[in-house]
Amino acid sequence: MLRDRKTLLILFGLPVIQILLFGFALTNEIKNSKIVICDYSKDDYSRMIIDKFSANGNFVIKESLLNHLQIESSFKKGDVKLAVVFPANFGNDLLHLNQAHVQIIADASDPNTANILTAYATNIIMDYQKTLYENLNLPYHIGTESRMLYNPGLKGAINFVPGVMVLILMLISVMMTSVSIVREKEYGTMEILLVSPVNPFLLIVSKVIPYLFLSLINFTVIVLLSVTLLGVPVNGSLLLLFGVSVLFIITALSLGLLISNIVETQQEAILISLIGLMVPVTIFTGFIFPIENMPDALQYFSNILPSKWYYIFIKSIMIKGLDISSVWREILILTGMTCLFLFISFKKFKNRLL
Amino acid sequence: MNEVVIKTDKLTKRFGDFTAVDNITFDVSQSEIFGFLGANGAGKTTAMRMLCGLSTPTSGDAIIAGFDVYNQTENIKKNIGYMSQKFSLYEDLTVIENIHLFGGIYGLDNYQLKNKTDELIEKLGLQGERNKLVASLPLGWKQKLAFSVAILHQPKIVFLDEPTGGVDPITRRQFWKLIYDAANQGITIFVTTHYMDEAEYCNRVSIMVDGKIEALDTPVKLKQMFSAKSMDDVFLRLARKAQRTSD
Amino acid sequence: MLRFLLRKEFKQIFRNKTLLPMIFAMPIIQLFILPLAADYEMKDISVAIIDHDHSVYSQKLTSKIAASGYFNITAYPKSFNDAFEFIENDKVDLILEIPLNFEQELIVVKGQKLFIAVNAINGVKASLGVAYLNRIIADFNTNVRLQCIHPERFNIVPTIRVTSSNWFNPVMNYRYFMVPGILVLLISLVATYMCALNTIREKEMGTIEQINVTPIKRTLFILGKLIPFWVIGLLVFSFGLFIVARFIYGIVPVGSIILLFGYLSVYLIAMLGLGLLISTYCETQQQVMFITFFFMMVFILMSGIFTSIESMPAWAYIIAKCSPVTYFIDVIRMVILKGSGLGDIQYHFLMMLGFAILFNLWAILNYKKTM
Repeated sequence: MLRDRKTLLILFGLPVIQILLFGFALTNEIKNSKIVICDYSKDDYSRMIIDKFSANGNFVIKESLLNHLQIESSFKKGDVKLAVVFPANFGNDLLHLNQAHVQIIADASDPNTANILTAYATNIIMDYQKTLYENLNLPYHIGTESRMLYNPGLKGAINFVPGVMVLILMLISVMMTSVSIVREKEYGTMEILLVSPVNPFLLIVSKVIPYLFLSLINFTVIVLLSVTLLGVPVNGSLLLLFGVSVLFIITALSLGLLISNIVETQQEAILISLIGLMVPVTIFTGFIFPIENMPDALQYFSNILPSKWYYIFIKSIMIKGLDISSVWREILILTGMTCLFLFISFKKFKNRLL
Repeated sequence: MNEVVIKTDKLTKRFGDFTAVDNITFDVSQSEIFGFLGANGAGKTTAMRMLCGLSTPTSGDAIIAGFDVYNQTENIKKNIGYMSQKFSLYEDLTVIENIHLFGGIYGLDNYQLKNKTDELIEKLGLQGERNKLVASLPLGWKQKLAFSVAILHQPKIVFLDEPTGGVDPITRRQFWKLIYDAANQGITIFVTTHYMDEAEYCNRVSIMVDGKIEALDTPVKLKQMFSAKSMDDVFLRLARKAQRTSD
Repeated sequence: MLRFLLRKEFKQIFRNKTLLPMIFAMPIIQLFILPLAADYEMKDISVAIIDHDHSVYSQKLTSKIAASGYFNITAYPKSFNDAFEFIENDKVDLILEIPLNFEQELIVVKGQKLFIAVNAINGVKASLGVAYLNRIIADFNTNVRLQCIHPERFNIVPTIRVTSSNWFNPVMNYRYFMVPGILVLLISLVATYMCALNTIREKEMGTIEQINVTPIKRTLFILGKLIPFWVIGLLVFSFGLFIVARFIYGIVPVGSIILLFGYLSVYLIAMLGLGLLISTYCETQQQVMFITFFFMMVFILMSGIFTSIESMPAWAYIIAKCSPVTYFIDVIRMVILKGSGLGDIQYHFLMMLGFAILFNLWAILNYKKTM
């Protein structure tokens, strides 16, 4: 295996590039969203609010429209996400009637972005409103003080890096084992090894151990990169982090082993471990979509993926800095899954020998 | 004397500092059966791949069926057939489908295809197997089928790379009968083999050692020259000098 | 000649009894399930309320939060430490602490503070949660004022009323947004992989040598590989769009189907070309698998399907713009949900044509019949 230098380069190089790329690039923040403004009033008040929009990092004002009928066509071109409409006499109404309207129209084809942007825009207008009566100094004020735990800077990396880490480790480990073992099956070299006096279980173990090391090296590099370049800390015990990661890698490798036992050709192994696993693992690990939002049946389903448990573990140890007493459940589940996968694999394997 | 169809002059192929084929020069005439012998790793396959236009030489010249191996490879390909070491028909297609595919690629029309297919199936005695997947045939039949497919388009030359590897003696004999039939039709046979008894069937034989051609003549003359009883002795004597280990 | 090659490819594909069902079944099954799971909506944020006050006001505030629909009050711990434990176990996302004498001081001192702590690992969820909570508290605040101050004094305060409306998806159904995107992902995976694997398999098995030694043109050979998978891609996509998306999720494209399929055709050519290109650089199926895995993962995670690409750093934004997947995700959402026309997506069209030509030309040039 180690003789194939191209493959080796791919195995070490690609995860590193991926973690860096995703660590920096992925964020669920919504920044630099293009908006259009339709201002029928054009007075000091509306202008001041528009200035606030352009000063805010969440928004980029793409253009000012003369007519609100143009809003739909700018949405259809795709890049404009929100429109703010000031009716005629906005300033006048505010000044004389103490009440004025602003309309916010969101492109809700993406409901999430629409929600967040509407909330941001409302906040900007509310903030402006506050400055209007700040000097009035109203009584009975309820203030709030909020603390952002674990991630005061609200960085996307804190959320995404552990997730991407889990994803990469899981997929690579499963793919490596399943495909390389099926390859031997396909080429018939497995038969040669099986007729040799080597114990077949030892044989399988010896096939898997190099991949365990490979994955561990990958894991170490990824953790180093996370801490040094991406600013994701390891707040808990490093020893525990490594210990359980070894366990998780073994879980993934045994899943690969199981797949290799079910299929006959490399193509099938690749299809199952990639097309079958890639998107589901991305979604059900819980780092992109919160698992508690899913329908009950799918929440139960997510439990069968080892990656979900490992993700909870990684967050607890790296970011929350918890100790073993808070993660024993995850450790237990991963151990159970590993035993199950190995048990089934060996059972199937034995049947083939008999 | 027949027309010369393969002519090489100091043909050489290097991979880095490794010279796989070292200055080989020889001619092969039409309808000749030319045996191309050598130990594993002597450079036979590399040389053959250059002659087929699959690999570009590092230096030297070669003219195949009147075309140059550097820039007329597509013309060469129209005039040759090739059967590689690995069995290379499609295992997941049937006998008929393989014949149609390769016949079609060489531009045979429907009428020709039908005639050729029937003729070929009958000659090989595969009537019962025409619609079976190639994967289900025994190796010997696969090899015979592969050879027949390689000469389906009546090429000037057919290159055979160890065509009888792993095949039983009876099937080998049948296979050589096919080769003689082809040679009688005017097709030149260029064949590599490990079996020295097969070398005796060739019109002329060349023996490659470490990328060079060490001997080239008819089997009878080679045996006289080395005062050997069989081609086996000739080969052993020459191959013993080899520096390269196999593989 | 192409005829013979196509016949061969189709026969091989349709004869494979394990692969073919997988090509069709896996994307379709995933399309059934995954969109149900892909829901960003911030509802049911679980809150722990530490009420030190136990007054009428604190209870009113609590029931206002419970009634808002955004929050789910899951616990009433006694102390902050108890509440923090809930955060550690992911039982609770947000803590609201109401101090002792909240009501009394609000009325006597005329001002009081509440404390919020939130699990900010997911920064956006945290800041939205805090924003929603603040809005509820501000509302509550206004009500308190209305009760305590004379209404005519209150009217002096200038207010701007914000009304918001949501176009194209007024019921804010997240699935309308995710189903087309996930369909694109699945199609891309199937097309690229199938094409790359099929070609590399011929290389590994040695059958490609037999083809190389024939006078066949490499463009023809590559076309023979492209067309079958192009057809399969169109079939799987149609099934996903007309059956799954239509009948399971009730998605009816607003825009032109012909435009969508026109774009899909070019897109498939581009992705198949990418698959071919990868296979020309590799020697084994393993290599193909890892390299395709790398590209597909980058393409998928950076395509804007899950996260917004405008929010990425500038360099990452450029990378995202270099991926064909990004464009198709954009186009399918525009055409299906907003009814965008050819004029709206002409830039996307040109880019995709560019990708298709680039990948295929590159693959043809790099596919050498001689070595």
